[in-house]
Amino acid sequence: MLPASLLIAVSFAYLLALFAIAWWADRRAQAGRSVIGNAWVYALSLAVYCSAWTYFGSVGRAAGSGVWFLPIYLGPMLAMILAWLVVRKMIRIARAYRITSIADFIASRYGKSPSLAGLVTLITVVGIVPYMALQLKGISSAYAVMTSPLGAMAARAGPWWADSTLYFALALAGFTIVFGARHLDTTERHEGMVAAIAFESLVKLLAFVAVGLFVTYGLFNGLGDLFARARGDDGIRRLLQFGQGQPFAYSQWAGLTLLAMLSVIFLPRQFQVMVVENVHESHLRRAVWVFPLYLLLINLFVLPIAIGGLLHFGPGRMNAEMFVLSLPLAQGWTMLALAAFVGGLSAATGMVIVEAIAVSTMVCNDLVMPWLLRTRRFGARSAADLTGMLLGIRRLAILVILMLGYLYFHLAGEAYALVSIGLISFAAVAQFAPALLGGMYWKGGTRHGAMAGLLAGFLCWAYTLMLPSLAKSGWLDDGFLRDGLFGIVWLKPEALLGLGALDNLTHSLFWSLLLNIGAYVGVSLWRLPTAAEASQALLFVDVDRRSDARQPVFWQGRAQAPALQALLARFLGVERAQRLIDGYAQEQAGGTVQALVADARLVQFVETQLAGAIGSASARVMVASTVEEEALDLQDVMRILDEASQLRAYSHALEEKSVSLERATAELRQANEQLTSLDRLKDDFMSSVTHELRTPLTSIRAMAELIRDEPDMPAEQRQQFLGIVVVEAERLSRLVNQVLDMAKIEAGHAEWHNTAVDMRALLEQAAGSLAELMRERGITLSLELPEQVAPLQADADRITQVVLNLLSNAAKYAPQDGGRVRLSLQESPDGVKVQVQDNGPGVPLEQRERVFEKFRQVSGDDHYRPGGTGLGLPISRQIVERFGGRLWLEPAPGGGACFAFFLPFGAPVPSGSSS
Amino acid sequence: MPDVLVTQRLVALFGVAVALLNFPLLALWDHDSHWLGLPLFPVALFAIWALLIGLLAWVVERSPEPAQGTR
Repeated sequence: MLPASLLIAVSFAYLLALFAIAWWADRRAQAGRSVIGNAWVYALSLAVYCSAWTYFGSVGRAAGSGVWFLPIYLGPMLAMILAWLVVRKMIRIARAYRITSIADFIASRYGKSPSLAGLVTLITVVGIVPYMALQLKGISSAYAVMTSPLGAMAARAGPWWADSTLYFALALAGFTIVFGARHLDTTERHEGMVAAIAFESLVKLLAFVAVGLFVTYGLFNGLGDLFARARGDDGIRRLLQFGQGQPFAYSQWAGLTLLAMLSVIFLPRQFQVMVVENVHESHLRRAVWVFPLYLLLINLFVLPIAIGGLLHFGPGRMNAEMFVLSLPLAQGWTMLALAAFVGGLSAATGMVIVEAIAVSTMVCNDLVMPWLLRTRRFGARSAADLTGMLLGIRRLAILVILMLGYLYFHLAGEAYALVSIGLISFAAVAQFAPALLGGMYWKGGTRHGAMAGLLAGFLCWAYTLMLPSLAKSGWLDDGFLRDGLFGIVWLKPEALLGLGALDNLTHSLFWSLLLNIGAYVGVSLWRLPTAAEASQALLFVDVDRRSDARQPVFWQGRAQAPALQALLARFLGVERAQRLIDGYAQEQAGGTVQALVADARLVQFVETQLAGAIGSASARVMVASTVEEEALDLQDVMRILDEASQLRAYSHALEEKSVSLERATAELRQANEQLTSLDRLKDDFMSSVTHELRTPLTSIRAMAELIRDEPDMPAEQRQQFLGIVVVEAERLSRLVNQVLDMAKIEAGHAEWHNTAVDMRALLEQAAGSLAELMRERGITLSLELPEQVAPLQADADRITQVVLNLLSNAAKYAPQDGGRVRLSLQESPDGVKVQVQDNGPGVPLEQRERVFEKFRQVSGDDHYRPGGTGLGLPISRQIVERFGGRLWLEPAPGGGACFAFFLPFGAPVPSGSSS
Repeated sequence: MPDVLVTQRLVALFGVAVALLNFPLLALWDHDSHWLGLPLFPVALFAIWALLIGLLAWVVERSPEPAQGTR
């Protein structure tokens, strides 16, 4: 037992610490260094799902029915598997249209209907009140356990003003107002609150795990010991079995899982942290698995604590929901008990703060504002600044919600377990699923369909779950429970039409969702959507397909920019409105507000900004009253959509055209460059040819002139000169032949006679024809030929030409007397390789490729040998390449040049072949 | 890895999860036996849960970075 004053002091200190964190996070956000722009913080903030229900209620549930606390956490696991698809789309929609609550989401989807927004808000408020009560009950019980002697019942409450729970509820309302309703924001984002919630998630996890470890290892000798002792007790043992001695209630199991799966997305606080407070949609990627992991961790010790409590105190002696506190207290671990209390406090406060902020936004934007704006005083014609008013409404709403929760706690709280209270709320918010999910994926849903579905589901929920809960608490006559409404048996709330096979929760869930979906689909199919519904349906369902700039704007009429700005100023303040309009002008109209055209896009911009502050339905009403609108019909919607998609198609086509134009330009440029370089090559070639032709011609002419001018020339000398003339003429004709040959090959007019060629015979023959020349020059020619090589398809004459050319080159450059030339042939699986190596001066590395250029003899005149044309190697290379081979210069071992060529067996037949 | 594949994997994983956590596969654990001294049914539920988290993490963390920016 702890003194109440200590407990109150610790609670206040904890709340102040939370506020400090929120304040710090807000400061950081203003400085542009957000602390919540982080996937881990986002994932932790989702754990606001774990409220006092998890912290206290799960243990109670486990002590009563074993693993049946788990479906509430397995449901979120299932939901998170699909969250990356579904919630991401919700985030995108909410971001694009500044949607700030679930009521706004549904209303906006179905043509920005104020009545639908109001209905959703009403369902939320009614549905969430029990849940608020649950938190108050959790805290109130915890407080009682901590401050009264162990095992004693809490002292009966005195007069209402002495009830600590009331003051706690009031204090929470105060803190929530400070957290969430200090200032207005068009996106309804609360950085500080999210940071504080993430911190609270850590606190409750650590505190709960600490108690779990204490029970498992402090009170018992580990899990093995704990469960071994549990086996010894028949009642506890049955808890841990599959069916607990009865048939397993599969339908209830599935029902609870489905309920939790829907709630984890549609509870107002979950929607708030998951969708509205999301900073970047990629954070969701991490959160979808970290959040279930958090749930797993916090549930790990639920069973051990429950079993431990039952073993320690004995079944039924103590409130199992408070084992988390009573076990440490019973052992005298007061500090641990205090920590556990703070953990429970953070679980409850986290839920209350976020839920109250979310619901107050809904109440303000979707229930009070639309009604208020219709009145003369605040309506469209009034010019009053409403920013202060908005805040006031929200603060009041927070207070009212908490007081309603307190009232429910007082009326019905005592009779019910925490978990049962929570499930009533879960079943209420599950009613949003058909309209919301249907609206995201089905364009045919209409406002009337959504309205009918929600109403049917809500009424069914109220009749089959809410009213029975009040009746069982003794606040209603429970006659209708036993005998049915007006005594009609098949109207019994917990066995409609006599359906008695299900437990009351699954029964209610089944009927309410069935009626809900049935009415939603049935009424939607009654008629075509109106223009407003159809346009919103398009924007929602296809949100992924359009980028912001290309969104069609479904509006036509006339507007004036100053009037729109004044409207913004009424709800956001003059300064903010000016900033927004300036920013818009900067983007759209080239900077000046004067140049701003009040077109459909501007109207839409203003409406979207307003929607963030007052909800889309109210924003619609306000904008409609400020501008002159022309009503759209379905054809207009289709036309606008058509125009938008045509515009998109045009711009797409334009883009494609410009891309292909660019490509064509690049190709042309490249072709031009190639042509220029070819032209230059041709010029080079021509000048080389003429130069090469002139050299022998000059010497022939000189010799001939000498012989003509000197008739007395000695016969011997004349003979010598005539010899030179003959040699040069031969060179000239060889040159001309080769140029022609080259031209033919390059133009593809050369003739090729392909036959099976035996390379060995060919090389021997070529060597033989040059043997004499070599011997004259004192050069030794050695042959290294294998015994046999496979024949290959080629033109024997052309290959001989290549070999002769290489051999005569070698002979030319090998030193006279002592020169050596080696001719070798190697066969590989692919083809044959021929090498011709000499021991001449060799070719410098940097010139290796240049020797294959036309008219290029190895520079450095000292190695120049007369008689070459500079075309032999280029022609040889062309020939070899024609047969699919390669000709190259290899580094020769021991100096000299080593030319090699390779011919493949499967040679392509060269074009121009005549055989 | 294209987004299309992630979508299909997630839907498939959802199917697996629903199957594992409902009738009749749940009845696989209908034995009054123990595993390392721990009751079978709760251990099996936590093990399935951990397995699903692992698979989910594997699928989403490998998906490509979305193009959308911050608001």
